[in-house]
Amino acid sequence: MTAMLQRLGAQTLDHFRGWGHAVFFFLDVLRAVPASLRRFDLVVAQIYAIGNRSLVIILASGLAVGFVLALQMYYALVPFGAAESLGLIVNLALVRELGPVVTGLLFAGRAGTSLTAEIGLMKAGEQIAAMELMAIDPKARVLAPRFIGGIIAMPILAILFSAVGIVGAYLVAVQLIGVDPGNFWSIMQTRVDVLRDVGNGLVKAVVFGVACTVVALYQGFETEATPEGVAYATTRTVVISSLWVLGLDFVLTALMFSTP
Amino acid sequence: MGKRSIETLVGLFVLLGMAGLVFLALKAANLGTAGGGDTYTLKANFDNIGGLKVRAPVRTAGVTVGRVTAIELDSKTFQGVVSIEIARKYQFPKDSAAKILTAGLLGDQYIGLDPGGDDANLVSGDVLPQTQSAVVLENLIGQFLSGKAEGPAAETAAVAAPAPAPAPTPAPAPELATSASGAKK
Repeated sequence: MTAMLQRLGAQTLDHFRGWGHAVFFFLDVLRAVPASLRRFDLVVAQIYAIGNRSLVIILASGLAVGFVLALQMYYALVPFGAAESLGLIVNLALVRELGPVVTGLLFAGRAGTSLTAEIGLMKAGEQIAAMELMAIDPKARVLAPRFIGGIIAMPILAILFSAVGIVGAYLVAVQLIGVDPGNFWSIMQTRVDVLRDVGNGLVKAVVFGVACTVVALYQGFETEATPEGVAYATTRTVVISSLWVLGLDFVLTALMFSTP
Repeated sequence: MGKRSIETLVGLFVLLGMAGLVFLALKAANLGTAGGGDTYTLKANFDNIGGLKVRAPVRTAGVTVGRVTAIELDSKTFQGVVSIEIARKYQFPKDSAAKILTAGLLGDQYIGLDPGGDDANLVSGDVLPQTQSAVVLENLIGQFLSGKAEGPAAETAAVAAPAPAPAPTPAPAPELATSASGAKK
């Protein structure tokens, strides 16, 4: 009985210790941000690795999501004689929810894993320990540029996802099905607000960028320095980042869009 | 890959993102249609604004000529004060009337501006003299039901009653009431 109680207590304490550890890690990275901004070439290289190289998967997914949303919405809306509202529905769905969320999930899978694996292997190859020996702060040299790169790249990717998705919906609805293009665009323009819809979507994308990048960096930095450890950390990056994106999305949606 | 080409590609990436944002803001949201040049502001007092919202369109003959910019309650008269801004290129006579209308059966509410016949035009800050409140479905149903219960005798009372709904709108209700009571006989 006491053994069971002790185990429960130890697990709880371990859990909270892990949380505290992650929070201190996040604060350390934040503290290292100004120093790495002075060496912006490192950040640029990371934007290339995180942003440019994720472009293909993001653009392809955005286009595909726009295509299928337009097709499904068309079948649902035609009985009500509201096929022209298709553009509005696709636009709001993409800009408010799907753009940031799907980009966040893809970002965790495409960029987060590579960050974790890279840092994990640096640790396994004792490069991080070597930096510390040379009095170079690995958080400023390795982690902070990746953190800034992730925060800059993620909103851009989310915007491109939404924009390409709307173009995809236009292609299917107007070119393929024959919805009137004037109504397609004008209903969007009267009902979608720049600040409320596009702006809040952008805020979501920045928040998801911070969450995904920090989780990936933390998992990589705290990995066990073995091949299995790196593999395990990479998997955990995807799972934890995805859960964070979905959970934060609900909270942010409740805060932003609870009033009509 | 050289440092310079990476920087160029990142520049392209950021530029692409900006182009996407401009597309979303101008082509797929309301930034392109909002504001748009010189405007002047008018005010109108309504007994009941119904479901009118800020940024709702102001239309004349179906053409959008302006937007609602603010909605407040006048604490003395307890009327809704609606501020609207009209594009400078559209001028309206002094005795124009504002109505709160509904697009379609359940659509959004907007303000319909009916031009009058006055020679002088409205200027910025003017209050529209004639307004017609939003039609509240409950009031309409109430009038219809009371009209039906009391029969044709209530017809004149229903029209003469100082109801918040304006004279033209309740007119169909007593007609319906008479035809219904006629069918009963």
